[in-house]
Amino acid sequence: MNTYIHSVALDPSKCTGCTTCMKHCPTEAIRIRNGCAVIDSERCIDCGECIRNCPNNAKKSICNSFDEIKKFKFKIALPAPALFAQFDNLDNIGYVLQGLLDIGFDDVFEVSKGAELVSAYTRLYLHTEGIKKPVISTACPVVARLIVLRFPFLKDNLIPLLPPMEVAARLARERAMKEHPELRSEDIGVCFISPCPAKMSYARNGFGSYKSEVDLVISMSEIYLQLINVMKRERVCEIASEAGRIGLSWAICGGEGSALLNDKILAADGINNVISVLDQIEDGNIPPIDFVELNACPSGCVGGVLTIENPYVAKNRLHTLRRYMPVSLNAPEDSESYIPHECFFTDLPNYNPLNRLSDNIGESMRLMSKIQAVRKELPGIDCGSCGAPSCRAFAEDIVMGNADRNDCIIAYKELLKKYIAEYSGGDSVDGK
Amino acid sequence: MNQMAEPLVFRFEVDGDNFTSAGQASVQVKKNLRQLGIDPETIRRVSIAMYEGEINMVIHAKGGEASVIVSDECIEIILADKGPGIANIEQAMQEGFSTAPDNVRSLGFGAGMGLPNMKRYTDEMQIDSVVGEGTTITMKVRY
Repeated sequence: MNTYIHSVALDPSKCTGCTTCMKHCPTEAIRIRNGCAVIDSERCIDCGECIRNCPNNAKKSICNSFDEIKKFKFKIALPAPALFAQFDNLDNIGYVLQGLLDIGFDDVFEVSKGAELVSAYTRLYLHTEGIKKPVISTACPVVARLIVLRFPFLKDNLIPLLPPMEVAARLARERAMKEHPELRSEDIGVCFISPCPAKMSYARNGFGSYKSEVDLVISMSEIYLQLINVMKRERVCEIASEAGRIGLSWAICGGEGSALLNDKILAADGINNVISVLDQIEDGNIPPIDFVELNACPSGCVGGVLTIENPYVAKNRLHTLRRYMPVSLNAPEDSESYIPHECFFTDLPNYNPLNRLSDNIGESMRLMSKIQAVRKELPGIDCGSCGAPSCRAFAEDIVMGNADRNDCIIAYKELLKKYIAEYSGGDSVDGK
Repeated sequence: MNQMAEPLVFRFEVDGDNFTSAGQASVQVKKNLRQLGIDPETIRRVSIAMYEGEINMVIHAKGGEASVIVSDECIEIILADKGPGIANIEQAMQEGFSTAPDNVRSLGFGAGMGLPNMKRYTDEMQIDSVVGEGTTITMKVRY
């Protein structure tokens, strides 16, 4: 039943079973079993927190390798705007675009172009009668999946527009087929250069019934190593950026929101902050706002786990880089005051509740009573030694048959003490 | 629900004078109800009513105790405090009526919508209050 393909994986040879990733996982999807972390794929939202926090580099993302582009006759690079923040002293995005052509791509289509269109469409969408506000962005795939798993009531608030990566992928393919009529669609490889593993999952799984237009997802860190070998200041750029400040700013938290030219926006970053904002929206506990931009990574996409540079340094670089850029180069024509239908999702995924105890409420209630009872007996120090992130989660694992009570080292110590007492007590009994 | 089950009780202490932690109990309840498989709309109604109640206890009563009882036919929320009590319940139920102090209003609370919202989102609501002794609010949300 669970067919979701994830992009976060573990290298068991490097994992020491240290519990760090388990403690940081926002959906409690990780357990330590036999000294090694195990990810529950139903609960995992591909946020990458475990990759970010693993002290042994045992968690990694599964992306396509750069060599895989060779499968395609015509290779298009789709750089996420965060890529441009990875280079020191970059004053012209053209150098990076030229670099992508020099390492083997046939064309480059900036995701910023798609982002500027999505910004323009979002401005239009916000004027639609009868939409549920606040409208919540679907650009961050982690947030979109989180809402589907955990905030079903907010599903109608999700903006039904394709994210910039998909809009860019579609336009890139169209452009290639127009300029090279000899190409068939399957000859073209659309390759997203990603700051995070969640985009890889999105490309593989789609969203609802929507199938991604992206063929390959390559990690930004792998492309970076290729690029710095060819990017030279003296190299003349034959290619210039086709996007402005709005597109570039999507890489940082607040960029997507500020492009709406509207005061009534809220932008949050970091997965735990995102969760608390969603909880507040669900409780009706926020001021009247039109749009909510949510980024799972700290500072936005520049904080993705596949980036090289510290997110705050990256943010500063983008501020410098965008200073003399035009506002936007990709607004739809004035006459075009509608959103093309192909930019909409036809449906959104169904509510798929995270860690429901049972399909039957009565049975769930019985299980939860048991969990509460077991939890009361546990020490409550949430040490993680048992392999569960908290005593509460451990109690649930015991009741659901996934853990043994004696995995709790404190409980086990008490048991040993009891045996020792009985043993020494036994001597005196013998003496009687 | 096809089989009778023992009612399930969740109990929380609501910390007085602490706006930062106000709302924590409703977030926890939401998590538990989701695990039980309660439908999203019911969860939302419970969590809104509970959040409003928590805030009231922080503003007026220096905290109290919140209990949520999940049974076969409904979810019952009981908010009990030892605060000043409500002198005129009818007046307190009017939208916009508030006795919240200025320092609380400056934080954006005290709009006089707490009790009316609790009533709006629940199927049954009963207020038992004795001036000088405290208030107990019992609300029911049916499935």
